[in-house]
Amino acid sequence: MATRQTQLLARALMSPAVILLFIWMIVPLALTVYFSTLHYSLLDPGSESFVGLENFEYFLTDPAFLASLQNTLVLVGSVLLLTIGLGIPLAILLDQPVIGRNVIRLMVIAPFFVMPTVSALVWKNLLMHPVSGLFAWIATSLGMTPIDWFTDAPLLAVIFIVAWQWLPFATLILLTALQSLDEEQKEAAEMDGAGALSRFIYLTLPHLARPITVVILIETIFLLTVFAEIFVTTGGGPGLQTTNIAFLVYSQALIQFDVGTASAGGLVAVVIANIVAFFLVRIVGRNLEA
Amino acid sequence: MARKVTGRHVVISTAGAWIAGFVIFFPILWMVLASFKTELEAFATPPSFLFFHWTTENYVTVQERSDYLHHALNSLIVAGGSTLIAMLIAIPAAWSMAFSPTKRTKDILLWMLSTKMMPPVGVLVPIYLIYKNLGLLDTRTGLVFILCLGNLPIVIWMLFTYFKEIPKDILEAARMDGATIGRELIYVLTPMAIPGLASTLLLNLILAWNEAFWTLNLSTLEAAPLTTFIASYSSPEGLFWARLSAASTLAIAPILIIGWFSQKQLVRGLTFGAVK
Repeated sequence: MATRQTQLLARALMSPAVILLFIWMIVPLALTVYFSTLHYSLLDPGSESFVGLENFEYFLTDPAFLASLQNTLVLVGSVLLLTIGLGIPLAILLDQPVIGRNVIRLMVIAPFFVMPTVSALVWKNLLMHPVSGLFAWIATSLGMTPIDWFTDAPLLAVIFIVAWQWLPFATLILLTALQSLDEEQKEAAEMDGAGALSRFIYLTLPHLARPITVVILIETIFLLTVFAEIFVTTGGGPGLQTTNIAFLVYSQALIQFDVGTASAGGLVAVVIANIVAFFLVRIVGRNLEA
Repeated sequence: MARKVTGRHVVISTAGAWIAGFVIFFPILWMVLASFKTELEAFATPPSFLFFHWTTENYVTVQERSDYLHHALNSLIVAGGSTLIAMLIAIPAAWSMAFSPTKRTKDILLWMLSTKMMPPVGVLVPIYLIYKNLGLLDTRTGLVFILCLGNLPIVIWMLFTYFKEIPKDILEAARMDGATIGRELIYVLTPMAIPGLASTLLLNLILAWNEAFWTLNLSTLEAAPLTTFIASYSSPEGLFWARLSAASTLAIAPILIIGWFSQKQLVRGLTFGAVK
């Protein structure tokens, strides 16, 4: 029987975590809100003054904002398309009777465990370098002109790097879901004469709908904040071509030292992330009931 | 297997899967190979795949020129410290939510999850300024603290989903036998929870080891873990590919091994139990 004492104890056990997370959520965010209403530059300390919503106006009308919003959307969208588009066939392939499946699984998962700075620099130098990179050599061998990735298609290069990092995640989740698909259903469909394609469309895809949703939501949350890959490869450039919202806020804060505008930008990023989070929390919450 | 599986089917899917696996793994393999080349060979066109002069001098250089071990130790302290502290805070919380749930437990859990969704750039400015004023910039303490808070929601969630699977009857039996809550926790719950604790520990160790937003922004040299250390190869040392590869290989090797062991828990942990 849960006595009053037990309940008190339960509350006491929970409080450190709750209090810490509460402070972690409220204090910095409140400070961001406060800073976002100030004219506040680290280069000119002591000159802080209240400017109302001016920083937001400045941030949102800055051409850099629209460019970075567009880059963010293209980056998130393309990586989602690539990881799910390649993840589904890959998961189906790994779900087949395959010799040495465990080894293949390890190879497929590996990129997820590589720290972002390493994957970005290995891709940038060893693979995508326009003269000595492996891709350049392959292109030359095939009689084509090597692509100068980080000059001619910098955003695409970043997209490939990030997609490589997240493909294992999508594949692993889809594979886990596939393995829980009822074998008998598949057999029944086969007996009824359903071909491979219709079995995929009417049986496999509906079964994957939920895990695909989960992959989309979780990846989106992480992809909205891609930072290290841009930081070590392009530094947001050339121009603004690879600047996403996260990088724009960073550069306003720690390169231009404009605390006010960076705070306003940070809040814009929070709003965008919250829209996604809203849906994820609802899905996970529904699962909690079951 | 009940379904008929033809030999041809196995051969085709095996070949396809091996090719796909190899292509995905290739960048890592290529990096490991480059780490055993000389700088000239690492940069050479056409590239040599296996028949080059194998050398381990890059590994020596990385240590001598840039004190690799110092940064590896930073990574170990920051990732290990933040994970352990997060576990200490999370275990009692997850335990009480799993075994003495109230009406608000679900809301509290979802609220904790939502703190993880706040983009770090949203609070970069205040955290940076607070750290600057407190002298926490480029300190291991500062990094431990922030990574601990960042991963706390995931730790609590993972532990909660594992604890929930422990049958409650066992606890009731222990209570009937007169066990106090403290004893219940130590003698009944802990042994049953060890697998869940271990996988939570490992997954969060991986996440903290690879964390590259706060580490890049809050550390420069003294406290720089491997993420920041490797990033320093992006500028002046960018031309030393073999050295970069050696440092990178060392940086990812331990985590790759841990990761391979905990791959099953990965799905569960990162989907907050939504996919099992």
